[in-house]
Amino acid sequence: MPLRLLKFALRGTDAEPRFFPPEQPLADQYDIVIIGGGGHGLACAYYLAREHGVKRVAVLEQGYLGGGNTGRNTTIVRSNYLTPEGVQFYDQSLKLFQDLSEDLDLNLFYSTRGHFTLAHSDSALRTMRWRAEVNKHFGIDSELVDRQRIAKAVPEMDLDCGGDQPVLGALWHAPGAVARHDAVAWGYGRGAWQRGVEIHQKTRVTGIRVEGERVRGVQTNRGEIACDKLISMVAGFTPRITEMVGLQTPIEIFPLQACVTEPVKPFLNSIIVSGSLHVYVSQSSRGELVMGASVDPSVLHSTRSSFGFVEELADKLLDLFPLTGRLRVMRQWAGMSDMTPDFAPIMGTTPITGFYLDAGWGTWGFKATPISGKTMAWTAVNDQNHELIKPFRLSRFTDFDLVGERGAASVGH
Amino acid sequence: MKLIPLPDLGPHPVTEFDYGGEQSRPPLVADDATWAAHVFNRTGAPGVLREWWYHRPTGGWYLFERDTAQDRFLRSIPVQDICYELPTDTSAV
Repeated sequence: MPLRLLKFALRGTDAEPRFFPPEQPLADQYDIVIIGGGGHGLACAYYLAREHGVKRVAVLEQGYLGGGNTGRNTTIVRSNYLTPEGVQFYDQSLKLFQDLSEDLDLNLFYSTRGHFTLAHSDSALRTMRWRAEVNKHFGIDSELVDRQRIAKAVPEMDLDCGGDQPVLGALWHAPGAVARHDAVAWGYGRGAWQRGVEIHQKTRVTGIRVEGERVRGVQTNRGEIACDKLISMVAGFTPRITEMVGLQTPIEIFPLQACVTEPVKPFLNSIIVSGSLHVYVSQSSRGELVMGASVDPSVLHSTRSSFGFVEELADKLLDLFPLTGRLRVMRQWAGMSDMTPDFAPIMGTTPITGFYLDAGWGTWGFKATPISGKTMAWTAVNDQNHELIKPFRLSRFTDFDLVGERGAASVGH
Repeated sequence: MKLIPLPDLGPHPVTEFDYGGEQSRPPLVADDATWAAHVFNRTGAPGVLREWWYHRPTGGWYLFERDTAQDRFLRSIPVQDICYELPTDTSAV
């Protein structure tokens, strides 16, 4: 690598191949059109081209690649969920993540850190034990640990939380990791493009043509495209897309805010989550503390971030890590979370033939990027739901067959 | 701090409120599918939404129309208006 770096310095940037092709005209017709150029959309395009050999695939992105929730999450990858459906699904995703840098030939800075979910009450401890047992049943490395284990791993943490809500124990999940989220989108995007997928940025979908309950095409600000299969992978914009085809869903949009501090020397190796304090924190490879809380209390279609959020988060963080008192917040932002009533995604076929939904990603979308791309690609090609995503089908809300995933981030226990 | 304009008490900080979600009316007579739609489905797209807000200090429920794209409270609706809209004839049940 140093040699390549030296060559790069001498030659200048011009000789470097472009990561993505320059803008090209839209074709009149594609086999499969994907709305949304985030991690999920680009991963789906990648697997459509690589595993299913679909020739004419287009990804339509209204802004820039990975500019939505892919670039706004706190980059945590884990599989210690509560329901068997969730555990199996996210475990597959984590396994794909572990080989992804090599797969995409791009350093994703995938870093296995270990993940503590703190319990501050007996009832939370009970949920952690429940999660640990479900995880173990599926061969996932999770266990309940006591205060001593936490103190040894994270000596900087005040386990008494200032005396208010002392930590009683935690769920320890060794495979918990962080990754560079933009790179995941870029890697998948480049891999898809190298296999013939067309990626169109600044291309907004304005309407969807449905005839006789079948998808026939999409209207965009750059003209109309004919297609028989359309996959919506737009997270916080999902209700605007489903409205175009007259589909009702339980999805509501709540902002989820996050922030980073200035970089400091590494002191926090593990990822720390506290459902009761509504805070999760990890230290990035650059040394910044990356932090988030729970979703905002009311529906809002906006990515504005508020002072109230930082104030409340800082208060909770100081309870856990008194030594961060003099750290300054460098950036704060928000993403639009598409929340579902059972904290599980909505994936697969819909009542409209050729219209596939990959939505309801709330606060659990980034870690599912590889597996959701893979299973949605299979689903669109075979026109039936992949085995892994059957529990997440839209029709569970008419069959009263909900998932009840309380292992999701920002869910109180 | 964001303020919510209460019709009787003036503006109050948003932190004093609990969000009650979108106002909707249960169907009087319905099959399973209609019930499921009422229980789970929501108006997801941005626009003007009628929502319940609970003011903790006074214990009062308020109904507002709010623009969910701009986070602007447009007007408050007297709760009585909604009550009177409820059908009183339950003989059909």
